[in-house]
Amino acid sequence: MNNITYFKDQFEQLQEANPKGTIANLRQNGFDEFTKDGVPTYRDEDWKYTNVSSLFNKEYQIAENSSVTLVDVNALRLPGYKQANELVFVNGRFMANLSTIRSEATDLIVLPLEDAAKGEYKDIVAAHLNQSSNYLNNGIHALNTSFIDGGVFVHVLKGKEPEHAVYCYHILDARENPSLALPRSLVLVDESSKLQLTESYTTLGSSDSFNNQVMEVVVKENAYVEYYKIQNDVANASQVSSTHIRQIGRSYVHTVTITLNGGIVRNNMNLVLDAAGNETHLYGLYLLKGKSHADNHTLIDNLKPNCFSNQLYKGIADDTSTAVFNGRIMVQPDAQKTNAYQSNKNILLSENATINTKPQLEIFADDVKCSHGCTIGQLDEEAMFYLRARGIPKESAAVLLLQAFAADIIDQIKPEPLRSYVSKLIYEHLAIQ
Amino acid sequence: MKEKPDTLEQAVLTEYKYGFVTDIDTDVIAKGLSENTIRLISSKKNEPEWLLDWRLKAYNHWLKLEEPKWANIKYPIINYQDIIYYAAPKPKKQLNSLDEADPELLATFEKLGISLNEQKRLTGVAVDVVMDSVSIATSFKEQLSEIGVIFCSISEAVQLHPELVKQYLGSIVPMTDNYFAALNSAVFTDGSFCYIPKGVRCPMELSTYFRINTENAGQFERTLIIAEDESYVSYLEGCTAPTRDENQLHAAVVELVAHTKAEIKYSTVQNWYPGDKNGMGGIYNFVTKRGICKGDHSKISWTQVETGSAITWKYPSVILKGDYSIGEFYSVAFTNNHQQADTGTKMTHLGKNTRSRIVSKGISAGHSQNSYRGLVRASKQATNARNYSQCDSLLLGDKCGAHTFPYIEVKNKTAIVEHEATTSKIGEDQLFYCKQRGIDAETAVALIVNGFAKEVMNQLPMEFAVEAQKLLAISMEGSVG
Repeated sequence: MNNITYFKDQFEQLQEANPKGTIANLRQNGFDEFTKDGVPTYRDEDWKYTNVSSLFNKEYQIAENSSVTLVDVNALRLPGYKQANELVFVNGRFMANLSTIRSEATDLIVLPLEDAAKGEYKDIVAAHLNQSSNYLNNGIHALNTSFIDGGVFVHVLKGKEPEHAVYCYHILDARENPSLALPRSLVLVDESSKLQLTESYTTLGSSDSFNNQVMEVVVKENAYVEYYKIQNDVANASQVSSTHIRQIGRSYVHTVTITLNGGIVRNNMNLVLDAAGNETHLYGLYLLKGKSHADNHTLIDNLKPNCFSNQLYKGIADDTSTAVFNGRIMVQPDAQKTNAYQSNKNILLSENATINTKPQLEIFADDVKCSHGCTIGQLDEEAMFYLRARGIPKESAAVLLLQAFAADIIDQIKPEPLRSYVSKLIYEHLAIQ
Repeated sequence: MKEKPDTLEQAVLTEYKYGFVTDIDTDVIAKGLSENTIRLISSKKNEPEWLLDWRLKAYNHWLKLEEPKWANIKYPIINYQDIIYYAAPKPKKQLNSLDEADPELLATFEKLGISLNEQKRLTGVAVDVVMDSVSIATSFKEQLSEIGVIFCSISEAVQLHPELVKQYLGSIVPMTDNYFAALNSAVFTDGSFCYIPKGVRCPMELSTYFRINTENAGQFERTLIIAEDESYVSYLEGCTAPTRDENQLHAAVVELVAHTKAEIKYSTVQNWYPGDKNGMGGIYNFVTKRGICKGDHSKISWTQVETGSAITWKYPSVILKGDYSIGEFYSVAFTNNHQQADTGTKMTHLGKNTRSRIVSKGISAGHSQNSYRGLVRASKQATNARNYSQCDSLLLGDKCGAHTFPYIEVKNKTAIVEHEATTSKIGEDQLFYCKQRGIDAETAVALIVNGFAKEVMNQLPMEFAVEAQKLLAISMEGSVG
């Protein structure tokens, strides 16, 4: 409970410093909700398989200042960074001095969230920020909302297709104390524009870290979005990462989530299809070792007719790891002619690993085509035999097959330097026994 | 779809066929539930002390529980004090043969299409008939007892075979299992009891027919089936209730035990009164059914056709404890008007080389909500566990809902689990194909739905399959438009 007192103190300090405005109100609502709901337990259906209570019994510091420098940032840049806008978050705060914006201001605007909420984007922020709470009504999301501070607002302007992608580096400085980060961002992809967004996470130091992130993306008519999330942090780095994408105009969204390492990793990937004719593709890959626990929750809420969505999540669980997948497709009464597909495939490699999967369909419209499938199995014995009969050692054969299993998802990473980078990461990850 | 033709409007008005009330002398106790109610039920049934203690223990546990809220169903709060917990046609004297039964009773069942007299002559099915709280008659008892099969009401079993009842009652569904199981354990009034001795293949289908007759009465029956080593039994269950405006509660518990190499096939055609087309009245069917494959190579198979009840809350499950044991679940759930169904199964793989198969077909029409909820769990010891699940939903109309909530938990690396589900409406091309050949829309839909459900219907014993198909057709009437 120390933690809760700590949060309360921090929250009150924050509110005292910035008592007015849209964001302060949201914070207040968020904190009220957090006080009411508390931390979810296994009794909450959405958290049945992921116990987050252990993340809340540490002496976190929501650190204001950090000694993270450009040298640290250099060490974790993703390939292709020279062509990208790099947004750096340290302990959940957007650091303008460490970030590099390469796009023209006529294409892409990056502002601290507080500034956006006051200036010309006032109405937009008020209209779109925290819409996610309608779907993510749990204490963890509320905690993020109560500490909206130092967030970022990204706007891709109407009709613009910036040639520079956006990379977000989340750095958690756990060199001295356990680090808690609560980053919040709002991304607006305007009409007929295009955005390629990649997020990666790094914990510095050996203490525990907990990244409780919420990113909201609003996609307007005719826009095109690619979103990549690469989670390859250290074993004591945990995160609850919520991405709430609302397609409010007929648009296209493509997301890939890669989870390789980490402590407890929970991803909420929400897609709200709030316009007719939307198209959405969700892909995910989780390759777990050691004690990692990865939980991918996806939600596709079809509100309007003629939407198409496709989901493919694949995973491998080794050692004592646990993989959870929960895919939920909702088709509301108005959403006739919805086509929604979902598939979840898992390989269990160890005696002590666990896989829990729960694909859900909730359908209130009749003229729909929805399907889901999931499998849990092992490496194909015949394929193993084929390879070994050709002189390939057992371990190499297994890596080869697992790589092929992962390839479906890797291929969905469209930008080239990133795809090779992830492919290499995965190869190395699989090859280390 | 196109407008409804008049004939269909007529069909909508078709009333529930089994909705009549039989005016029969009934022994009814006062409404309400307390320790005294339980003592009264127990004394009326002349029960031994241990059973009364067991009931009271269950009751005290029930008081501590809260009604489950997780199911995808909505209903007003049930007032458990407003229910009659015991109602029995009287006089309850021991019947030696069906000829001695109250003619009014026989007529009732005649009307329901269960001609007890005819059953006597026809071979094939032995029937236990339960009206409200008590078992009225059991046919073929003698023939069955010759080969050692015990088939009687559970109250009779308590008197005649207390050692068996004591050993198995509550061993699969403990009284602490859930809210409705605890309630049932406290107040159960009757039900069927079957015991198949070692090596016996039961020569006929055993069947129980449940009927709720009295107003405000709740039905709480308890069924216990024990199949000893290398035995086989096929058991059928059917049910109906009169048309009434208020909701009635039916909370049953069914327990199955299959020993080594035994096989139990349990089929249900559930046709409780579903409420009228505005959702008034109807039975709340909150049932706990569970079987255990205790011995190696044993098999339990559940088949259910769910067309009735205002609300169905039912998950027939199998615990696969013995090595090489098999669990099966075949289900057709049809909901129309304002019906709600949240049904599915649980397959718990504990033994090695265990297999399970789930085939669930949900059909929703009108304003109904139909959910499949299932759990497949392969525990750490369940080497080579294998599961295949398929659940398909068909939507007829744009006001209904179809939902699937499959939970899959695997802790063994040699387990293979597959699940697939689809939701769609009847294909325009299929309809077109039929109509082009001169088949009218309603017949065409019936044809397609029957085809959709066929995989499950095929699992039913012949006597039931015909009835079930007809039932499906009746329930569907007027849902096409």
